[in-house]
Amino acid sequence: MKAQRAGLLAGVAMIGSLALAACGSDDNTGSADGAPAGSSSPSSTCPTGTLNAEGSSAQKNAIEEAIASFQDTCSGATVNYNPTGSGAGIKQFLAGQVDFAGSDSALRTTPKDGAVEAQQAQQYCGSPAWNLPMVTGPIAISYNLKGVDKLVLTPEVIANIFNGKVTTWNDPSIAKVNAGVTLPSEPIKVFFRSDESGTTENFTKYLNAAAPKAWTAQPGKGWTGKGEGKEKSSGVAGAVKDTEGGITYAEWSYAKDNKLGIAQVDNGAGPVALSGESVGKAVAAAKQDGQGNDLRLKLDYATKEAGAYPVLLVTYEVVCSHGKDPAKTALTKAFLEHFASAQTQKSLEDIGYAPLPDEVRTKVAAAIAALT
Amino acid sequence: MTPLRVETPASKAPPSGTPSSGPRPGATARAPLASALAPRARGRVLRDHAARVVMWAAFALALAPLVWILWTVVSKGSHLLLESQWWTHSQRGITSRREGGGAVHAIQGTLIQGAATAAIAVPVAVLTAVYLVEYGRGKLARVVSFMVDILTGIPSIVAALFVYAIWVTTFGFQRVGFAVVLSLVLLMVPTVVRSTEEMLKLVPNELREASYALGVPKWKTIVKVVLPTAFSGIVTGVLLGLARVMGETAPLLILGPYTKSIATDLFAGYMPTLPTMINQDRNELAQSAAADRVWAAALTLILLVLLLNLAGRLVARFGSVKK
Amino acid sequence: MSRLPAAASAATDAPSAPAPSLSGDRAGTGRYGDRVFRGLAGGSGILVVALVTLVGVFLLWQAVPALARDEASFLTSREWSVSGAHPRFGILELLWTTVTASVIAMAIALPVGVCVALFITQYAPRWLAKPAAGLVDLLAAVPSIIYGLWGVTAFRPAEQPLEDLLADKLGWFPLFSRTGISGGTIFFIGIVLAIMVLPIVTALSREVFAQTPRAHVEGALALGATHWEMIRTTVLPFGRPGVISAAMLALGRALGETIAVTFIVSTLAPGSQWSWSLFNGGETFASRIANNAAEFDSPQKTGAFISAGLVLFVLTFVVNAVARVVIERRKAFSE
Repeated sequence: MKAQRAGLLAGVAMIGSLALAACGSDDNTGSADGAPAGSSSPSSTCPTGTLNAEGSSAQKNAIEEAIASFQDTCSGATVNYNPTGSGAGIKQFLAGQVDFAGSDSALRTTPKDGAVEAQQAQQYCGSPAWNLPMVTGPIAISYNLKGVDKLVLTPEVIANIFNGKVTTWNDPSIAKVNAGVTLPSEPIKVFFRSDESGTTENFTKYLNAAAPKAWTAQPGKGWTGKGEGKEKSSGVAGAVKDTEGGITYAEWSYAKDNKLGIAQVDNGAGPVALSGESVGKAVAAAKQDGQGNDLRLKLDYATKEAGAYPVLLVTYEVVCSHGKDPAKTALTKAFLEHFASAQTQKSLEDIGYAPLPDEVRTKVAAAIAALT
Repeated sequence: MTPLRVETPASKAPPSGTPSSGPRPGATARAPLASALAPRARGRVLRDHAARVVMWAAFALALAPLVWILWTVVSKGSHLLLESQWWTHSQRGITSRREGGGAVHAIQGTLIQGAATAAIAVPVAVLTAVYLVEYGRGKLARVVSFMVDILTGIPSIVAALFVYAIWVTTFGFQRVGFAVVLSLVLLMVPTVVRSTEEMLKLVPNELREASYALGVPKWKTIVKVVLPTAFSGIVTGVLLGLARVMGETAPLLILGPYTKSIATDLFAGYMPTLPTMINQDRNELAQSAAADRVWAAALTLILLVLLLNLAGRLVARFGSVKK
Repeated sequence: MSRLPAAASAATDAPSAPAPSLSGDRAGTGRYGDRVFRGLAGGSGILVVALVTLVGVFLLWQAVPALARDEASFLTSREWSVSGAHPRFGILELLWTTVTASVIAMAIALPVGVCVALFITQYAPRWLAKPAAGLVDLLAAVPSIIYGLWGVTAFRPAEQPLEDLLADKLGWFPLFSRTGISGGTIFFIGIVLAIMVLPIVTALSREVFAQTPRAHVEGALALGATHWEMIRTTVLPFGRPGVISAAMLALGRALGETIAVTFIVSTLAPGSQWSWSLFNGGETFASRIANNAAEFDSPQKTGAFISAGLVLFVLTFVVNAVARVVIERRKAFSE
């Protein structure tokens, strides 16, 4: 008799969750309840199904935007993106856990820890894996310094700040490039990403390329400089916001959202402020490095081109050139097409990314069309 | 250790029966008592007052963070909970910059995973407790009891790594809700074993003896007499254990990727839960829309856990162990 | 009911030890249903044993190859570079942070928790005792991810002045010397952990305090003891083993806490100077694993982190074993 009570309890719980399940709605298009998403006319190119992707947190805001607009047009499709990090994305991709990976660096073609990522990917896919550059985002050197709205830094100074050689804000080397700005004697508090990240890798690549004398450590996903570590971009940006005299490197959007100061970078051709335009210039200068449809971009971090902001990262989508499951491949193609379209790329500008230069974008579109 | 399991009911029994049975700490404490009663009355009264103040202060000190946390969460998150779409819509198509959407997908996921975890963990845990209390003797029981303690101490992240190694690395399965459930089972079993054990120990032996005297087999005695008598206590323990695993985040980071759409299938696809929803949006705390959602999801999670605790207490009240 | 002295039965161990059921009862033998049920119950017990063994074996199996390649001393090195051909990693810093933060947590949570338990069982007016107990239990119901959020956004600014004050007044003492870390210090983690484990200490101590034999209490009062003296001479000695085991359980939780610590902690840059200061940053075992779990991309790297997990496992194992011994002793005492 008491056992029945247990059954009853379980039953109530079950019915409760089922009832909840029945009344939930996935329709957030803003129209009144019940109205089908009529505005979106599902075209014939709209496959249905679920696509799972994982990887770089640097492209999270961009792909989130693309997913939202893609799902508005294709209400039968679901795309999930988990921003757990580039390494995690590639790992899950190789383990067959996701349909494509987002990564801040193209698959490695040189061995590391006894494995070559590109080969592993080819083995997993049964066909070459392609790196498709999809989002370019600047890394903002963000600081919190009262009364200093404009700060210019050269690669050497940046490197010396982040490796702990320059410790106060009124250091002569900073003052030299900031004539006319009163710098406080505040100590510099450097924050770095405590998790391994593609942002760290690209930032240290920049330092290594643009200031090879001051920054001698090998670029990598783990931090090799000095400072205080915080988890993820939100952690470092939040810490700088709360700390007078703090400085860090983070994706542009985090610097903007936290209302941090963003340093101008002087690579040798005068200070360049971070803007969509200045980033676009640097991306356009990037060289393609890869074969056929495997589109790797080679950024010129040490560029001396006037008006180009050089601290950048490019995030790729890593896909199998010949998909394992035709339905998934169709969905992947449709989504990436949408992501690479001029319209979507343009919309990313507002949230801290730079659109792909047209020349690159058409190549990416061609590669996507070639996916089978 | 086995005979000691009987002690709990005994020590709850009227104290008059206890002094006969060997030395107790209280008995040895009588010697210092004499010196404690030295005639320095004023000091003694003062100390007594001081102790009283300290106790009240300690209680206030313990309440402060609770009130603070609740206030923080409620003040920042409650307004979203008052919107009906919070309870009816998912986050599908809502970017971290946009307002709107709800948490129904995450609430469902949390409930489903909680229910599935309980469905596996409770039988195993209750049977283990039955074994320990009703059958357990000798080495095996000692080992089991010890292992349950070890299981209590396994950090959730280690449990998750373990399940990942088995589920994904060894078998090559996809990360689905069920993998999360497995890791949660590891965390829930020990709590339920411990609380069930306590409850079974509280069942008076006279009941068992009476049942045996009537010729009822042991297993039937356990199923029909012992377990029903301890039923409410067991349910309380289960609900408390459930409350703990529903708020667990670390295993979800490794095993339970988040999705913004409604997903109710434990065996296919990603499954969103409240902790993963919080975890995803907390990276955008600088954006007010995402920050609001983080706190609202936190409040929802606290409310769910609270509801479970309340339910546990109600069950305990209406069906306490009959003597 | 059997009332054999526990010590005797423990010595002779299993067979003569009376189970709660009638010793030597035949109610449970022979019948089919009984055998099935006993098998089920015993099977569940064995399943639990198997699970724990599996977890332990799995940890060792993943950790050993990485440990074998470690070119630094695993126990005494502060380095942590786990990939590449020459991995060098050690747990010294992790151990220091984990243990120190947990000790701070216990130093706060234990006295406060015991006092709250005393308050609830001995001091609170009847109408307050139950709700008070419920409120403290509510602290246990708050999921740890919320402690992390609250700690970072709300609690940290309020706690900073305390650290500044300590560093100002006691900065000459190595434990309190100033460091360059601006948030997420070991000290701060300790305080947050203290709040998280407080309900564990309180709940268990409350249980044992409530079981103090009334004869002892009344005896003390009859001898003219004040309320506090009565507590000091009867309740506390009676509850001491229970409190110790509560403390051990709480310590186990503090050692393994993951997500809240990961949110809050400030990590140190590789190669930074060693400091004894509590105001330094650092990572605990659990937070380092959680923070890097996403990037476990090679077996060697995974193994290195797992070996850190193994140490954590052993640490909690030891703490739990101590708790078990203490509880056993208490049981042996109690009748």
